[in-house]
Amino acid sequence: MGAVLLANAITAVFKYDFLQRALVAAVLVGITAPAVGIFLVQRRLALIGDGLGHVAVTGVALGLVVHRTPVLIAVIVAVLGAVAIEIVRAASDTTGEIALAVLFYGGIAGGVVLVSKAPSGSRNLTQYLFGSITTTSNGDLVVFAVLAAVVLGVVLLLGPVLFAVSNDEEFARALGIPVIGINILLATLTALTVVVSMRVVGVLLVSALMVVPVATAQLFAGSFRSTCLYAVAVAVVSAVVGIVVSYAVDLPSGGTIVLVTIGFFVLALVASSLLRVMRAGAAHGGK
Amino acid sequence: MSDTGRKSQEHPDHSGHAHSRAHACQPLGDVVIAVEGGRFGYGGHSSASVARLEIRSGEVIALLGANGSGKTTLMKGFLGLVDRIEGKVELFGEPVERLQDRSAIGYLPQRQSAAGPIPVTVNELVRSGRLTRRNPLGLGRDDGAVQAAIAVVGLTASARKRVSTLSGGQQRRALLARALVGGSQLLLLDEPFAGVDQANQEAIADALDGLLHNGLTLVVVLHELGPLEPLITRVIVMDHGTIRFDGPIEQAPPELLHMGHDHDPHGGPEPTQGIGLVG
Repeated sequence: MGAVLLANAITAVFKYDFLQRALVAAVLVGITAPAVGIFLVQRRLALIGDGLGHVAVTGVALGLVVHRTPVLIAVIVAVLGAVAIEIVRAASDTTGEIALAVLFYGGIAGGVVLVSKAPSGSRNLTQYLFGSITTTSNGDLVVFAVLAAVVLGVVLLLGPVLFAVSNDEEFARALGIPVIGINILLATLTALTVVVSMRVVGVLLVSALMVVPVATAQLFAGSFRSTCLYAVAVAVVSAVVGIVVSYAVDLPSGGTIVLVTIGFFVLALVASSLLRVMRAGAAHGGK
Repeated sequence: MSDTGRKSQEHPDHSGHAHSRAHACQPLGDVVIAVEGGRFGYGGHSSASVARLEIRSGEVIALLGANGSGKTTLMKGFLGLVDRIEGKVELFGEPVERLQDRSAIGYLPQRQSAAGPIPVTVNELVRSGRLTRRNPLGLGRDDGAVQAAIAVVGLTASARKRVSTLSGGQQRRALLARALVGGSQLLLLDEPFAGVDQANQEAIADALDGLLHNGLTLVVVLHELGPLEPLITRVIVMDHGTIRFDGPIEQAPPELLHMGHDHDPHGGPEPTQGIGLVG
């Protein structure tokens, strides 16, 4: 039964354009989300993706109200939110958590209020909140691909600087690195990643792909670099498997991808715990 | 910017010198740090003030004082890491706020945990000390310097290990290697012995002793002189945010050299965050 569903899903991939677009989008998300998320986790700001996802809701709602491309408006609003949060964090004593909370509430509230004025109502908003692979257009895919290329290019180019600032902000300042600028850049990359992910997992679930694959990878990785590579691999596989499963069993794509990602994390957690116990046993037996 | 007092020190060697103050016989060089009318603090509140202070190339200075006396604030003031409420600070003859190239400066923060949520190897941690504003991308050429700095602190065998698996003392040594790897001519260390056992303290002192013969200027915040005592040429004692004594270690009143043991009735104990472990 399961094998038949899977075979049908794989056949459908070759048959339907929308599934091919969904898979391309899933791979883009799988690569970009953990590549940015690893720096957020190291900065202990893992939930900033959630905050910016909420801000993107306002952007999407605004797009629905003014009949413009919600994706592009979400990019603008999320980037503005990213810059705002870092400026607030740098310029005042407001802690990161409070600034994030303001983003959470303000973003959702703005989205709810704005969408009430949209001609199509809140119906269209749901696909952006939780992802909707079937509605991914070629135009969306081009925007996502460009954004993903920008995000990955910056991460590859400035990875050492992003690492230095994420790992030890004070030391980075002592080195003369413009820490505020780098933090704004990282928040902007996060905002762009949120938008890249909005059709696949949705803005409310994107943070899971930024954080959970990194958490899975660090269970086995021995370095920052290998954690990043493993996390990308986990996220790409999770996203692709999630898309295929969601089509095969007719489930929502965003939730399915996130559940698959969490499933891999739980498996990795169990495996790493078993490995630790076995190594401890071997060491004990060797004495 | 001025290159006053700088020398290339790309590949420092660990020569295992016995601790000595022999370098003190060398003539002092140019002014490396100059503070005039400096008041430093947080949120507009002054925690350390200095009427005038000059530190010259080749000096080895212990910054002493009780908890909350302003030692760390002053050191951060040198680097522009805290608010400068008044006055001016120059590093290598350049106003600190305009100093673009900081490759000649090595810094060991006080409360830095070397281990974050993501695994980081000693190599990766130390390599991050090679970044400068002028050359943030050219890390491929740094392998030799990274390995040399790790060798100086005696962690070659642990270079590929996760920092989080090292003892507290070893983590502190890894952070010292990160401070050294830029080829620093000015090294600012904030409590390098915090939570570090005697063996690791000796290892750190050994590493620094070897570097001093290359003309390094060293400023160290300390609670007690410990194994660094034979290296120290000058002592600055902070008390309630001002300098109480500044002069050669031989002239320092013994009671001031041990102020770090005293309980500070005003400042209270400094937060102990970070590695804080015995190595």
